[in-house]
Amino acid sequence: MESKYTFKDYQLEGFYDELVDSSHAPRKGAQILDRRLDSLSSEELLAIQNSAEKAFFDLGITFTVYGDEMGTEKIFPFDIIPRIIEAYEWERLEKGLKQRIHALNLFIDDVYNDQKILKDNVVPRELVENSPCFFKECIGIKPPKRVWCHITGTDLIRDKAGTFYVLEDNLRCPSGVSYVLANRQILKRTFPQVFTRSKVRTIEDYPSLLLEKLYEVAPDAIERPNVVLLTPGCFNSAYYEHVFLAQQMGIALVEGSDLVVNEGYVYMRTTKGLEKVDVIYRRIGEDFLDPHVFRKNSLLGIPGVMDIYKKGNVTLVNAPGTGVADDKAIYAYVPRMIQYYLDEEPIIPNVPTYLCSEEQDLDYVLGHMDELVIKEANGAGGYGMLVGPRSSKEMQDAFAQKIKENPRNYIAQPMIALSRCPVITGDHFEGRHVDLRPYILYGREISVMPGGLTRVALKKGSIVVNSSQGGGSKDTWVLGK
Amino acid sequence: MLSSSANAIFWMSRYLERSGNIARYLDVNWHLTLDISGEYETQWEPLIATTGDEEDFSARYTDASRESAIFFLTADEENPNSIISCIRMVRLNAMRIRHIIPTEMWENINVFYHYIKDAVKRPKRITENPYDFCQEVKRYNLLIGGIAYDIMDHDEKWNFFSMGRFIERSESTTRILDVKYHILLPSPKHVGTVLDHVQWNALLKAVDGLESFRQRYGQTSSGKVASFLLLDRYFPGSVLFCLNQAQEHLHSISNTQTWEFSNAAEKQLGQLCNSLSYCTMDDLFEYGLHEFSDDLQIKFGRVQQAIFDTFFSRMPQVKQQQFQS
Repeated sequence: MESKYTFKDYQLEGFYDELVDSSHAPRKGAQILDRRLDSLSSEELLAIQNSAEKAFFDLGITFTVYGDEMGTEKIFPFDIIPRIIEAYEWERLEKGLKQRIHALNLFIDDVYNDQKILKDNVVPRELVENSPCFFKECIGIKPPKRVWCHITGTDLIRDKAGTFYVLEDNLRCPSGVSYVLANRQILKRTFPQVFTRSKVRTIEDYPSLLLEKLYEVAPDAIERPNVVLLTPGCFNSAYYEHVFLAQQMGIALVEGSDLVVNEGYVYMRTTKGLEKVDVIYRRIGEDFLDPHVFRKNSLLGIPGVMDIYKKGNVTLVNAPGTGVADDKAIYAYVPRMIQYYLDEEPIIPNVPTYLCSEEQDLDYVLGHMDELVIKEANGAGGYGMLVGPRSSKEMQDAFAQKIKENPRNYIAQPMIALSRCPVITGDHFEGRHVDLRPYILYGREISVMPGGLTRVALKKGSIVVNSSQGGGSKDTWVLGK
Repeated sequence: MLSSSANAIFWMSRYLERSGNIARYLDVNWHLTLDISGEYETQWEPLIATTGDEEDFSARYTDASRESAIFFLTADEENPNSIISCIRMVRLNAMRIRHIIPTEMWENINVFYHYIKDAVKRPKRITENPYDFCQEVKRYNLLIGGIAYDIMDHDEKWNFFSMGRFIERSESTTRILDVKYHILLPSPKHVGTVLDHVQWNALLKAVDGLESFRQRYGQTSSGKVASFLLLDRYFPGSVLFCLNQAQEHLHSISNTQTWEFSNAAEKQLGQLCNSLSYCTMDDLFEYGLHEFSDDLQIKFGRVQQAIFDTFFSRMPQVKQQQFQS
């Protein structure tokens, strides 16, 4: 039967496509997939897509629709056509990510200790010290193995020419890895034949690798550390991920009220009394972590935990304070950090960035608002940003006002024409913009999971891939050599 | 295990058991109305009493018709003990411990929840013929119980799971017996009539005990049924059986023998088991069955409180350090 889902009359519309080249032929890594798609009828393909969605639903990988009194639950949109990255491309990305995380970690350790990079005027001191994510409470702390950013989910994008850029370093509590693993589980059922023949690299060992890293950064001399995952609770939108990771690692999933600080250590309350905790993989924001130090009204955290952490009697993962390197204004200096600490050229470039805190840049930004993407230095989730070319004159004027009031809080970047990937729509494939979030783990050394979360902006023409704004996801195949 | 996780698995299990019990009573009452509707007026009010929610019911409903009773027990979201509310609680508690229960268990709870949620959107189908609905609820109960037995580690969480199930069942058997004894007959002169027999049989069916009763006790009589439901040592629905099982699980948690005790929960439950173990049918009637049930309910309350204090309380004796910030 003839399928309408084929790459033959798929429209590229001038964008770089992850699966199809400019002559409309499947890229090398996608050839086996292409043949499999050709052998399926439209009905068969849609049936596969439906059964994948049902599997997500039954597993409860869902979120509750806000404002819906019936408590309607929906799955995170998922498209069964994978995104494919070839071995040679991945090799370069892996090296580039390791290099970047290495430098960023050195930077965080430096700004909270010797501050060499500030003394040498490579990064402006006021930029760091005025960042709302620079925590004075962390000055002088030397976490185990001097590792601060144990888990990072770097956002990468690709432009029209197919060049990868780093868009954001998420060094605080990056989420999404459970979807990577769930997507893979479902896709293995969906395209078993294509899988083995394409030599897709496995990501199955992520939870055990993560556990290993958590063990490695435990306070010294603890043979079998007690590791727990701290969640804000089951109404948090990432709760599924917390449960999933705790389950896969076989560690306790705790809420703040399960933990207590007592005589220099952190304990959890069990049916048999108090049990000492050595490593806390925290999935709550650092500002909620300790009401004695940060937000006074936080009910999610553990009163007094920072004190124990400073004494080195418990390890917090990621370390509080990493957010300073996540500041989008400081992002602009990462290439210089790589040169400063490692004496190397950055392997993956930054997106060119204008800092509104600098007068020249500010003038440029205010004069080119219709061309630029303007973001809050500490915004997240695709909020607090202006996509210049898609905005009205009024929106630009209002935004310009906000920038003038607090220039330090804004950066701007040229609009990148994100690469695309085919997705199933109506009765044919259409291209949708994607990004890529690989996960990098840092313990004794740095490891990069061969894969990542491919987020896809499902709305036609949209470049906002965040799940809170209509984004979906795809399985990401990194091919072996 | 974490106190909060133990609490969650205990209540998950109780609410699951509760949903199954409601489905069984409902199913049996439904069949009973089909049997005796020619001669006697059918009664739905006593069914409400089996979950102890008469007050809530009479405050919000004008009559105890079939429709309103069935709706109240199955689809009424405002009734905390309706099947939909129970399954919501099952799922909510399961969510908190999803990482330590088998994935199969979570998946079935989740599918069960969605089934119920869809079904109560069309309450008329249930109130007109609750059979299929009740069958599904009972089936999922058996399925999830089976998963617990066959797949879950028989460790602490299993002990809390089982303890929850047996404690819930013992309370529910006590209530249903009490209800029969006081409300169901039109007048005392109906004692011993066909209606009385049909009702006792229905009662046994409602706890899945008719077959077991017949095999070991023969003809139905009120005394035999009462002692079967309260004191039998082999029938999994009897109060003594449930309490003995709960006691075994309780002692497995602390790794102690049932002839000793190491905490308040063991003491309370041990005393209760002992008093029932040395009780006979004659004792029951001498004391008065209703008084006996009332007394049991009070003791259940004490056991419940002791379990909470021993295991679930989030405030074990910890000296909170003072911080200057």
